[in-house]
Amino acid sequence: MDGIDRSTAERAAPKRRVLVRRHSGTVRLTHWVNVLCFGILLMSGLQIFNAHPELYWGQYGADADWSFLALEAKRGDNGAIEGVTRIGALEIPTTGVLGASAVNGEIRPRGFPNWATLPGFRNLAEGRRWHFFFAWLFVINGAAYLLYGLLAGHFRRDLAPSRDQLAPRHLWHEIVTHARLRFPKGEEARRYNALQKLAYCGVAFILLPVMVLTGLTMSPGMDAALPWLVDLFGGRQSARSLHFIAATLLVLFVVIHLAMVFASGLFNNLRSMITGRYAIETEEPKP
Amino acid sequence: MTIRLDRRRLLTGAGVTAAAAALSACAPLSASDGVRSVLDMAEQLTMRAQRLLLTGDALAREFTEADLSPVFKSNGTHNPDDEAYQRLAEGGFADWRLQVDGMVERPLALSLADLRAMPARTQITRHDCVEGWSAIGKWTGVPLAEVLKAAGLKPGARYVMFHCADEYEKTLDGSGRYYESIDLVDAFHPQTILAYGMNGRDLPIAHGAPLRLRVERQLGYKQAKYLMRLEIVDSFARFYRGKGGFWEDRGYEWYAGI
Repeated sequence: MDGIDRSTAERAAPKRRVLVRRHSGTVRLTHWVNVLCFGILLMSGLQIFNAHPELYWGQYGADADWSFLALEAKRGDNGAIEGVTRIGALEIPTTGVLGASAVNGEIRPRGFPNWATLPGFRNLAEGRRWHFFFAWLFVINGAAYLLYGLLAGHFRRDLAPSRDQLAPRHLWHEIVTHARLRFPKGEEARRYNALQKLAYCGVAFILLPVMVLTGLTMSPGMDAALPWLVDLFGGRQSARSLHFIAATLLVLFVVIHLAMVFASGLFNNLRSMITGRYAIETEEPKP
Repeated sequence: MTIRLDRRRLLTGAGVTAAAAALSACAPLSASDGVRSVLDMAEQLTMRAQRLLLTGDALAREFTEADLSPVFKSNGTHNPDDEAYQRLAEGGFADWRLQVDGMVERPLALSLADLRAMPARTQITRHDCVEGWSAIGKWTGVPLAEVLKAAGLKPGARYVMFHCADEYEKTLDGSGRYYESIDLVDAFHPQTILAYGMNGRDLPIAHGAPLRLRVERQLGYKQAKYLMRLEIVDSFARFYRGKGGFWEDRGYEWYAGI
């Protein structure tokens, strides 16, 4: 019955596809600059991590100290090199990907594999050069975005969840429909849905600032200039670990973000982030 | 058995061959010279930004005895195999002298006793390796500023070069000797000391005996060990490969504040 009712209603008010302005020029430009920066920062970051693929908590941490995560290489019973990912006391064999992977066709000790790092061979100095250049670009780009978001009302208008979206019933409804890969249509598609808004806010206002601040805390120069950085994260090694954890969460975000872009219409989404125009189906009568 | 990912050990191993110098000079670069010169702008930007923020001799964090690393990792050279150095070590460094020369009014040759007679500073600081690890140690030594004042800088002096006893990469032309340089901003910083003591004892050989540099607002590779000679210069371009330090000559930043 329900289905018949709806199809009758649809027939009664024929839908019309209209292009709405979705993203401003500033949002589109800073988004794509950010994509470039994130990719290079991630891969050069893995190169830097490979120089000492262990994570500690606190002010100090080196070989003799306890690390809660390590990508290690061990010599197996048959003499072959094996990669091990150690989380606390838990050891997971990860030969070929983490701890030990192919270098010129031969398994060698290596935190992250060559295909994931920039440059694609062991060179910490080059990795740092890429990382710090694009860190500057990332910070300048991010500052421009934040300034624009505040002054042009982008945050208030587009990112802040509205009261109706934050109602538990509504949030639950969105979680269920997202899980079924069904997305808002029609008038409701004019704005970001609540899960989108929360995810974008979490990335823009929490994860990315944490990346910058933990990155700066690893700098001995910045620690002298801004001593509160060290206290904020409980030490340089804690900051280094948080830098890695926040980067992991960002990768997770990007994976889900891309999955949602595909699931909710790759072409429409891409067009909106390139040209600014996003197609929605509206029930408005023709003008 | 764990196989350590130790960049320096790998490098030392490779460096035993005479070809190492040529190899590392021609190592494939991920960036062309043009790209690299653009990327290098970030180092200048970082140094200028940090120097703007580091006003009024901002100090590196000093810790307490309770914060000391149980084991302070020894990195780089652990014991220089240089014959002259080994003879000095056998004599308890009684015959060792720190040469201070270059653009100075009064060249000096200071014994350990001379240095210990000068004003001393003790600081518990964090050592940050470019690889990512950190260790906290207690350092005792004479502020570099005291030595520079005793020698008297000539007009035009801009950098202090630190010549070391360890040859970190074996080469035919001797370009593998460790050296470092800092400018006068860091040289006259109150925490920049020439350390002869570590964790309440004489500086061990593994950590640079008889004397090492501590320049606390920069990374570990700036903390030159096994100091033999300070040379005051107006430019470091004529030394080795011209980048101002062993690791700088191998692609690392001269300004190691990040």
